[in-house]
Amino acid sequence: MFNLQTMELEKLEGIATAVRRDILRMVAAVNSGHPGGSLGCTDFFVALYFDIMRRKTDENGNPIFDMDGHDEDLFFLSNGHISPVWYSVLARAGYFPLEELKTFRKLDSRLQGHPATAEHIPGVRIASGSLGQGLSVASGAAYAKKLNGDDKHVYVLMGDGEQQEGQIWEAAQFAPNKKLGNLTAIIDLNHAQIDGTTDNVNDNRDLGAKYRAFGWFVEEMNGNDMEEVIRTLRKAQEDPDVPTLILMHTEMGYGVDYMVGNYKWHGTAPNADQLQQALNGLPLSVGTTDY
Amino acid sequence: MKKYEYTDKKDTRSGFGAGIAELGKTHPNVIALTADLAGSLKLEAFIKEFPDRFIQCGIAEANMMGVSAGLTIGGKIPYATTFANFATGRVYDQIRQSIAYSNKNVKICASHAGLTLGEDGATHQILEDLGMMKMLPNMTVINPCDYNQTKAATIAIADHVGPVYLRFGRPVIPIFTPADQKFEIGKAWHVNEGDAVSIFCTGHLVWEAIKAGEMLSEQGIEADIINIHTIKPLDEEAILASVKKTGCAVSAEEHMINGGLGDSVAQVLARNYPAPLEYVGVHDTFGESGTPDQLMQKYGLTADKIVEQVKKVMARK
Repeated sequence: MFNLQTMELEKLEGIATAVRRDILRMVAAVNSGHPGGSLGCTDFFVALYFDIMRRKTDENGNPIFDMDGHDEDLFFLSNGHISPVWYSVLARAGYFPLEELKTFRKLDSRLQGHPATAEHIPGVRIASGSLGQGLSVASGAAYAKKLNGDDKHVYVLMGDGEQQEGQIWEAAQFAPNKKLGNLTAIIDLNHAQIDGTTDNVNDNRDLGAKYRAFGWFVEEMNGNDMEEVIRTLRKAQEDPDVPTLILMHTEMGYGVDYMVGNYKWHGTAPNADQLQQALNGLPLSVGTTDY
Repeated sequence: MKKYEYTDKKDTRSGFGAGIAELGKTHPNVIALTADLAGSLKLEAFIKEFPDRFIQCGIAEANMMGVSAGLTIGGKIPYATTFANFATGRVYDQIRQSIAYSNKNVKICASHAGLTLGEDGATHQILEDLGMMKMLPNMTVINPCDYNQTKAATIAIADHVGPVYLRFGRPVIPIFTPADQKFEIGKAWHVNEGDAVSIFCTGHLVWEAIKAGEMLSEQGIEADIINIHTIKPLDEEAILASVKKTGCAVSAEEHMINGGLGDSVAQVLARNYPAPLEYVGVHDTFGESGTPDQLMQKYGLTADKIVEQVKKVMARK
């Protein structure tokens, strides 16, 4: 039976609050970026980097980043527009200095609007933003791990609007046929995309049934419940020949009351007053600071 | 005119197949991928020898490009193979984001390029691929001219770190370059020394340029013939040295004039040494069904056409 220590859980939730504050301040500073999906996926990112993934570190516990990523778990972000949450979590996990978050979306920054490798930001292994490509890339990385006899795991996060891209379904067919049991794909199921709800724009219908039919092991979880996220991700690595797909139910804008469930916050930054209001509702816990 | 003879004829795609099979022995990280075209790409020998290093992707080229990008992250050297049309136009955004912008060590190996694909017609006869690929930052673009050069290029690109587009074709053509050549990326091959006109040729048009050179030589015109097998990075030094000697040039390629080798040559000349230039290539039109020879005749990709353009450009000196 899964049992996360209360202390551990409180610590992760404290980090998640600090990350949510980073996201809001980052997008507000440049009046652009995508806060909605970033906030909704914050608990998942914190769970992944601070609990789930086996990452390479030096003797002081600081992360070591190399492009090949041999003998460590890998993460790919397919819906690259939620870069603020990833950058914040990478910085807080020690991949680069926290104050670098100030450069997000600015000229000469390593923190491009959408994740990229050209500026050599540690933690990022492929550019993403043009949707639908991450599942293929993660499948290739998982395939390479199998060829290399590397027993570590590959995770990839996708959006639910992104499921409308055709390439996703090419990859969805490929991964189970190649027995990529070392691959876990997560869909951020927040039912929102730029032009409205996913149901209205182009209904994805039953994604679980679709992936099951393609040969995936399908799980569901509440992506805004830290304990449930960790429990589900730990369970997801059981069958060596079957990739796992997790339908992660989240609320866009989670943690900021006026953003929750409103697709208008997909790609809109809060103004100064709205930012202050949001930060007031997310007090820092002991041991965390803003960038 | 230097004499070029051949004893054998083969398709350039077979040069690719032989090259990758040989590479498999020396480079354990080379992986071959295809999208339901293993036979057309002549991968049989590689698959037989290294079955675990072959990935059949099925008819899903976009996924194949993404999987290839992912494989490089595990240190692999993926050779992603299909027809040139499906290797470029169909998957341009996947190549742009996951391979070129991300600077991944993927070798995109494209067969059946251009009109010489023949009877299948214009849906499959891509004439825009060199242009699309050379516009991508980080991308190296190579278009070899015969079996031996294609084999040598296939082997050479494994040791070049970065994305490569390697373009070859279907028809059986003379083998006129040495079997033991060392392929140098970005270094043009001087086919013939001359001073009357420069001929910059690539791919299947190199043999046509040699035939044109012989015809011109009989008329007392010695052409400086240079094989530009690497479209990018372009050997600007070789181009300028030649045109400074001859004062005019003709480009020859099985590709659209817009965006092709001739366009690249024109840029070099315009910036450094303006001189008359004429083009042998396809003029803003799609192809059609026919035999390779019929198509090359109809669309003017022949030795006769090169001679005609040489006369035209020399009159402009």
